[in-house]
Amino acid sequence: MRQFLRVAWVVMRKDLTVEMRSREIVYTTVFFAASCVLVFAFALVREGRPLEDASAGILWISIAFAGTLGLGRTFERERQTETLRALMLAPSDRPAIYVGKLLGILVLMAIVEAVLVPMVGLLFHAPIFARPHWLIALLAAGTIGFASVGTLFAAMLVRARSRDVLLPVLLYPITIPVIIAGVRGTAALFQETPDEPMARFWVALLVFFDVVFITLSLWTFEPLMTE
Amino acid sequence: MKRTVLLLAILAMMPGAVLGAQQPAPPGGAQADFVPVNTLPPQADQLPAAPLVIGAYAFVWVALMAYVWLLWKRMTKVERELADLQRRVQQH
Amino acid sequence: MSRVFVPLLLIAMVLFASAPLVVANTPVEQTMGLVQKIFYYHVPSAMLMFVSAFVCGIASAVYLFRRSPAADRVAAAAGELVVLFGLIVLVTGPLWARKAWGVWWEWDARLTSALLLWMIFLAYLLVRRFGGPGSEKLAGAMALFGMANVPFVYFSVNYWRTLHPKTSVVPTLAPGMRGAFWFCVAAFVILYVLLLTLRKRLEDRQATVEQLYLALED
Repeated sequence: MRQFLRVAWVVMRKDLTVEMRSREIVYTTVFFAASCVLVFAFALVREGRPLEDASAGILWISIAFAGTLGLGRTFERERQTETLRALMLAPSDRPAIYVGKLLGILVLMAIVEAVLVPMVGLLFHAPIFARPHWLIALLAAGTIGFASVGTLFAAMLVRARSRDVLLPVLLYPITIPVIIAGVRGTAALFQETPDEPMARFWVALLVFFDVVFITLSLWTFEPLMTE
Repeated sequence: MKRTVLLLAILAMMPGAVLGAQQPAPPGGAQADFVPVNTLPPQADQLPAAPLVIGAYAFVWVALMAYVWLLWKRMTKVERELADLQRRVQQH
Repeated sequence: MSRVFVPLLLIAMVLFASAPLVVANTPVEQTMGLVQKIFYYHVPSAMLMFVSAFVCGIASAVYLFRRSPAADRVAAAAGELVVLFGLIVLVTGPLWARKAWGVWWEWDARLTSALLLWMIFLAYLLVRRFGGPGSEKLAGAMALFGMANVPFVYFSVNYWRTLHPKTSVVPTLAPGMRGAFWFCVAAFVILYVLLLTLRKRLEDRQATVEQLYLALED
């Protein structure tokens, strides 16, 4: 078990170290996410003001789009340098490699969300500080659910044809329930009087999704990545 | 590894139990059972149901037959190719 | 052609030909009237959509973990049938809903999750077709997630407020409706087994063709 965690930690540190050198993926993904929010804000305008009810939906859509982009870019970098094959050749627990990559993606998405949430709060007058711990719980659980499936699929698509278009095609039908739960929970929190029992229900559902998705991903990562 | 996965799977049941305990929206508006009657209810000012029922059944038949036809087409093509290849392999 | 195929085909044809007659003799439902009769084709199709998703998922797991090519061919066949029966469910459902609920579609838990399940297996077919070499494994992963989705779709109607009737309808069917319903289920099940067998046979033939091409190249 400790070996497992050590391998995961090493893989994550490797990813973050490489990324910190150029910060290319972080900057471009954050910028893309911000533009997403702006596009939606301008598209859904009534009498010159953005639709405030749409804030939860726009937040999660931008997270999903930015996450897909970040996943694609991260694994494209792996493909170009063939490091994924090198990782697979290493005599370590394969699922540990998956967890390491997942942690790296989670850090990236956390940075994106740290920018997106204040933006949404500002542009849509959303009460992001009303129940901050529930909001963080929703974002964490939802991001883990999305990223867990995304990491698995992006890794297995590295050697496939049409990988850029196939990632969203495969990822969205499976993660839409996660997005829906995230949106409903966030919308419950952004109401006039935040509905905490509802938020708690959606967080519990998200945690359930997370466990199912992570279990399935850990189970299938090795057979999927080996020839 | 397998034990960890099993443990995680069991942990997955716990939020499920939490969910089961609390249902935020009271179930209402959806039918729980079908009640039979012997006469058709009056259909004066409503949508006629017959075209919808006939349309639904017709669609099911068409979809199934279209699929069987497609299968048959693909099957004959592949079997022709197979016979042709087997002949060529024997000639080798 | 195996010996059991032709009798099964005849039985399926007979059952299907007589299904409308059987349904015509059922009592009419109190709230929904005549349009409820779509139930006798809609629900068996949904049941088979779920069954096929399980067949595809389990076959994919066997393929991924035991490297069995035969299991992969079963998965390919079952995946197509999920999309076929799912299409039937998603067309007959709105036709029923238009009269029963007044709208063609509602974004409630049952309908949304059923549509997503259908889309997962549609993506399954797309990956098999356009994923290039090794796409069977990618598709296998999709099928596993799709299979995990099925209980969610089934139970969603009991835990969320939806317009869709609950799962308690089928176990508590009135006697007049019960016979016709299970008759239709039997017809659909036999048809499903036939279609699955045929489709798997097509995959087997295609695999043989590919092997022969490879043999010829040598």
